[in-house]
Amino acid sequence: MRYAFLALLAVAPAHGYELKQALEQRFGTALAPLNAGQVYTTLARLERDGLVLGADVPDDGRQKRIYELTPAGRAALETWVATPSPGTKLRDEFFLKLVFAAAGGIDSSGAVIDRQRRATLQALRDVTSVTANGNDAASLLADGTALHLEADLKWLELCEQRLNRKDTR
Amino acid sequence: MSTVLSASVLSTRGLAKTYASDGVEVLALRGVDLDVSAGEFVAVMGPSGSGKSTLLHLLGGLDRPTAGTIELDGRPVEKLSERDWAILRRSRIGFVFQFFNLVDNLTVAENVELPARLIGTSARDARTRREALLSRLGVSARANALPSQLSGGQHQRVALARALVNRPCVLLADEPTGNLDSGSAAEVVSLMRQLRDEGQTVVLVTHDARVASAADRVISMRDGLVVDETALVDGEHPSAVVSQLLQLEA
Repeated sequence: MRYAFLALLAVAPAHGYELKQALEQRFGTALAPLNAGQVYTTLARLERDGLVLGADVPDDGRQKRIYELTPAGRAALETWVATPSPGTKLRDEFFLKLVFAAAGGIDSSGAVIDRQRRATLQALRDVTSVTANGNDAASLLADGTALHLEADLKWLELCEQRLNRKDTR
Repeated sequence: MSTVLSASVLSTRGLAKTYASDGVEVLALRGVDLDVSAGEFVAVMGPSGSGKSTLLHLLGGLDRPTAGTIELDGRPVEKLSERDWAILRRSRIGFVFQFFNLVDNLTVAENVELPARLIGTSARDARTRREALLSRLGVSARANALPSQLSGGQHQRVALARALVNRPCVLLADEPTGNLDSGSAAEVVSLMRQLRDEGQTVVLVTHDARVASAADRVISMRDGLVVDETALVDGEHPSAVVSQLLQLEA
């Protein structure tokens, strides 16, 4: 959430509730619900680190803390944007199951692959059902997830071939 | 699920196909038992050479099995003559392929009406059905176009209309999205879902997992055998799936 807030504050100063709303508007249903506590914790840490500056202003008889981006905050944001993100990691938990199920005599690798394929196909079905739904950010995310799931299925096929399922079932 | 599935429209037992290729026997299909219920949408997936297209061709009588039985609408069909298969294909089975779906020198309207006319449907009825189908599939405006003037997505919609004009008991589709961009592929798949919702039985062969995931059931084939199958359901809370995509930590 840190960098999302820095990016929003690069546009204009805002208070916590406005930032929360702006994120919810941008990502729609793609965003896991944010709680107010998370929002204020994040802002407090950003302020502690000197990346934003808060100032209390009166609002309808109450105090509101308005945040703005500091030069250090802008630099942090620019560095973040300029740094390539680490690639998505493979499903190492599945891989451990695959390696150890047969080795430990618990289940065949074919059965482990079958279960994973069924679950992945269902996940693909779920995620495909929302790719068409309005919100651009949400559907782009869903499309990205679908592509990863398709890659998972291809990998399962490869695992199956290499492990020669006839011998392992 | 909205549709109550009834008896099998299509079923096979021990279906096998052996090809001779350069004097070597190739076991394309090694004993497949399959049951497709009325109104069900089944996807068959597998790598190339797994036997999925061979299976579809046997189901549609485009090729003959070496062993095993096929029942279509409760009637054994594996021993039908070439002539009887041709009649059956025209009247009871709809086909959509990746390529070569339409007759090049006929208009869209003529292409769609042709199968109906071939089984003796009156010109008037054929026209009524064609108009309804083209409208249903969103290509009414292209009725007078030639196939060469259609986009890939339109071409497959017209192919669907043509496959459906005789109200087949089963629609067989072999990689129908294989030649389409992802947007057109998604549209064709969504149309097949809708047809299924209207009661059309569909058997789809594809190597594309996203396409297959639209089906009620996905069958996985390897080396001429069915190795696994799974029923898929519409998520009860699809939005919950997307809401988990973006998790912002404090």
